[in-house]
Amino acid sequence: MDPQIVIARRIAHELRDGMLVNLGIGIPTLVANYVPAGMHVFFQSENGLIGTGPVPEQGMALRWLTDAGGKPVTALPGASAFDSAMSFGLIRGGHLDLTVLGGLQVDQEGHLANWMVPGKMVPGMGGAMDLVTGAKRVIVAMQHTAKGRPKIVRECSLPLTSARSVDLVVTELGVIAFPEGQATLIERAEGVSVEEVLASTEAELVVPEPGAA
Amino acid sequence: MKMIALDEAVSSIPNGATLMVGGFMGVGTPEQLMDELVRQGRRELTVIANDTASPGVGIGKLVTAKVLRRVVASHIGLNPETQKQMMEGTLQVELVPQGTLVERIRAGGCGLGGVLTPTGIGTVVENGKRTIEVEGREYLLETALQADFALVQAFLCDYLGNLTYALTGRNFNPLIAMAARTVMVCVEHIVPVGVIGPDHVVTPAPLVDYVIARC
Repeated sequence: MDPQIVIARRIAHELRDGMLVNLGIGIPTLVANYVPAGMHVFFQSENGLIGTGPVPEQGMALRWLTDAGGKPVTALPGASAFDSAMSFGLIRGGHLDLTVLGGLQVDQEGHLANWMVPGKMVPGMGGAMDLVTGAKRVIVAMQHTAKGRPKIVRECSLPLTSARSVDLVVTELGVIAFPEGQATLIERAEGVSVEEVLASTEAELVVPEPGAA
Repeated sequence: MKMIALDEAVSSIPNGATLMVGGFMGVGTPEQLMDELVRQGRRELTVIANDTASPGVGIGKLVTAKVLRRVVASHIGLNPETQKQMMEGTLQVELVPQGTLVERIRAGGCGLGGVLTPTGIGTVVENGKRTIEVEGREYLLETALQADFALVQAFLCDYLGNLTYALTGRNFNPLIAMAARTVMVCVEHIVPVGVIGPDHVVTPAPLVDYVIARC
């Protein structure tokens, strides 16, 4: 299966009824496709919308109804629109239950770097620093390696997004959490061995004994 | 509020002015004002806005035409031209976290000297800024922003200048309408007084200086 879909489907298991959730661009956006049936989740777009719906049908796009990437979306019944101060008040003020973001690197204590590669790519942090600092729970959705190089590293060489550690990293190989500030492999994707995960990870990764609580 | 022709409005913006421009990836950006700034060959402007959109869209038009000297924004990633000019050193870019940028503008419009935010603590954003501890938590002091002109895109405007916005076209627009000495507004529809009920006015008429005549 496409690694991006493996990641998105796994993250969808973290959704709970009634949550306010912000999805970043890229793999995180795909999570919305796997909301469990019967569950109602409020999706926020940081450009000023709660109740973001699917991409509109051909010819039905409204030019002032877009996601945080500027792409046309729809608004679901019960949606609300607001300005950017309100939007980031929701994010920074602890009203956002979950944010799912992409990542360039995560270190072994859970610090995320995802907004620039000095000298090469400087997109800017956009809302990422506020999201990681303010959301109740932060999940990073990313592939385990980039061009064969580990993205889960001992120490980030790229500038950090926040001093706050993320809660989970979900890759196509497994799920990593940071209990007591130490990267720990809490779950493996189907058919993936511990050795495979370790071989693709630079950070020191705690692997709990099978059967341990 | 005064109705004004597009060319006359832009004529009153001098080279070197500081502009706040509404919009998020071009959505809610007054495109007519962008086009006219380029047409009149304005130079050395500073723009404070969420992003620089993409080439040919919104603020992206100002970047391509090299109208700008300096940009204060949260994101330039979807405009390769902005990144190119920044790397070449021909355009100064100050990157600010989006929530911080909007609060600095809000502070500028509300008579505050700045805001205390936890965003950016422990990152390069902290460099050169004061950190202040309040009840055991560290915050960055982020100073207020103001501008000479706010270029706003609204959805409805009544004959007095009361404004409402449409969906995600609202974004920074009502905030910048508070933080600039002169507020110019492009509007989608002009409606009689009363069509926008008092509870639904987002930007009250006294804040609006000029509405660009429909053309």
